[in-house]
Amino acid sequence: MEENNTVLQIENLTVHYVLEDETVEAVNGINLSLQRGKVLGLVGETGAGKTTTGLACMRLIPNPPGVIKTGRVLIDGTDLMTLPEMKMNDVRGKEISMIFQDPMTSLNPAFTVGEQIAESVQLHDHVSKDAAYKKAQEMLELVGIPAERAGEYPHQFSGGMRQRVVIAIALTCNPKLLIADEPTTALDVTIQAQVLDMMKQLIEKYQTSVIMITHDLGIVAEICDEVAVMYAGSIVERGTLEDIFNNTMHPYTEGLFNSLPNIGHRGEDLKPIPGLMPDPTNLPEGCAFAPRCAYAGESCKCVRPELRAVSDTHFVACNAYSRKDFSIERSKPHE
Amino acid sequence: MSDNILEVSHLKKYFKTQRGMVHAVDDVSFSIERGKTLGIVGESGCGKSTIGRVILQLIKPTSGSVRFDGQEIAGLSGWKMRSMRKEMQMIFQDPFSSIDPRRTVNQIIGEPLKVHGIKKNRVEREERVLELMETVGLAERLINAYPHELDGGRRQRVGIACALAVEPRFIVCDEPVSALDVSIQAQILNLLKHLQRQIGLTYIFITHDLSVVNHFSDDIAVMYLGQVVEITSAQELFDRPLHPYTQALLSAIPIPEIGRKRQRIILNGEISSPIDPPDQCRFAKRCLYATDECRAHCPSLREVSPGHQVACWRV
Repeated sequence: MEENNTVLQIENLTVHYVLEDETVEAVNGINLSLQRGKVLGLVGETGAGKTTTGLACMRLIPNPPGVIKTGRVLIDGTDLMTLPEMKMNDVRGKEISMIFQDPMTSLNPAFTVGEQIAESVQLHDHVSKDAAYKKAQEMLELVGIPAERAGEYPHQFSGGMRQRVVIAIALTCNPKLLIADEPTTALDVTIQAQVLDMMKQLIEKYQTSVIMITHDLGIVAEICDEVAVMYAGSIVERGTLEDIFNNTMHPYTEGLFNSLPNIGHRGEDLKPIPGLMPDPTNLPEGCAFAPRCAYAGESCKCVRPELRAVSDTHFVACNAYSRKDFSIERSKPHE
Repeated sequence: MSDNILEVSHLKKYFKTQRGMVHAVDDVSFSIERGKTLGIVGESGCGKSTIGRVILQLIKPTSGSVRFDGQEIAGLSGWKMRSMRKEMQMIFQDPFSSIDPRRTVNQIIGEPLKVHGIKKNRVEREERVLELMETVGLAERLINAYPHELDGGRRQRVGIACALAVEPRFIVCDEPVSALDVSIQAQILNLLKHLQRQIGLTYIFITHDLSVVNHFSDDIAVMYLGQVVEITSAQELFDRPLHPYTQALLSAIPIPEIGRKRQRIILNGEISSPIDPPDQCRFAKRCLYATDECRAHCPSLREVSPGHQVACWRV
């Protein structure tokens, strides 16, 4: 137990959606690990495989059509992929919880929020109904909702409040890992700030490890310790917050930063990434980003790059770095 | 006199519901100079989309005036308004629901040309459609594609081509990039900017995304519960926000840089109800500085420095 503080270890995870006449290669051999109490930002655009990765950790990939081809997901050393389904039910909500983007659809409209929080407590902590309800009320207070409102139904709450309820459900059993899939995307900025602020406090208090799935680099800068950038089902760059933001290496990560309007320099043209994400049913043979990449060379079109270490914490999957003296624009010093 | 293409004064739009009147747009006035962009920002339910629709007379205003190029268009008859629509167009938020799924790109972009009798002949029309597709960056081969074959970015380009088809001078963009990924979002923003420079378009740019609006607009109006609470140039707004709501809004933007120390203002509570609001500052319940005066009367916009208007008793 000592030394080893790794909560989550994902090894060579590959998830495909096998359809009638094509196969969607959603996640292709990713590796990740996460320490206790750390927040990992999983960043990428629609279709990059972020949510699929999250669902795979919960073993919630809809099957069919989804198939976990290879890979292990270890929570505190236990491989979830080999657990029988009954055991998995004990893991979900107790060891790992997941929060989804849309709080309107993840709550049951027919039960009060108190009952919905208490359900999880009852199932996992095997306590009486009354004790569970009491715990539910405490949880509500913790996420900033008065305990008296435990008897109300989801439709009586606003969007931000509902997301707080969902967070309360996810955290009541004090899970080791929380997977938050775009938890604030559906909320307004001022409400987003409230919810993020609250999440930050709870994560710190309970020392929960979090995978924060988001497309917003601003949110990443705000609450994450580490970042993994996904593109077309692979991790293209991974490192500490500092590595990714101040020592960006992958051309795609650079492209993401360039696409964002900068508060400081208004009116300038943005530098978008040309083209579109490749079709996941028909990924290019070489680097998936090569067709959109300004730095792509011949080798990029035929050799799929492997993640390689640039420092103890920083990994990048880009063939261009085998060229001598290669560096991307962003890393060059500004005048 | 400045060259204003659009002047909105005392515009109101109330919706009747069972529980009372929803004050969606409540006494809003502003004007836009030709060739400029006015950004309208605010959170969901503040009435920003309703304003766009009322200006284009897609919904009729309850009262107030909208003057386009000096001509009053509020309450214009449907037939007269139709000819005005050649001048004023709209780009919608969701490129998935704003275009007809059963029609090809050719038919969709060709429709406004047909309706307004600009190109009556089919061959001519197709030529113009191809021209428009080139302007917005759609490949020629997509002319017979159906919307489901296109991704979000391309669909939004179809929507933009439609709006441009009648050669308008003024376009209301209602959250045109909110449904798109950042890399695609940047492509569309650049396109809209280039078009503005090329043909001198005037935009109203409605969004909830403050970094986008700052990037895109000359002037910005901040809305809260149906009212404009602050309006000034984009530069001034970001340098010197005066309304407490604007300050909180700006401080809540997550900035993709690390090590930036910021004083974050976390607002308490949530937006109150727009149904029959009492005569007090609509923001008073969440405001950190609210006094009895704020709870007694609703402040109106007044100029505090040249070109900078704020509706707050405390400023």
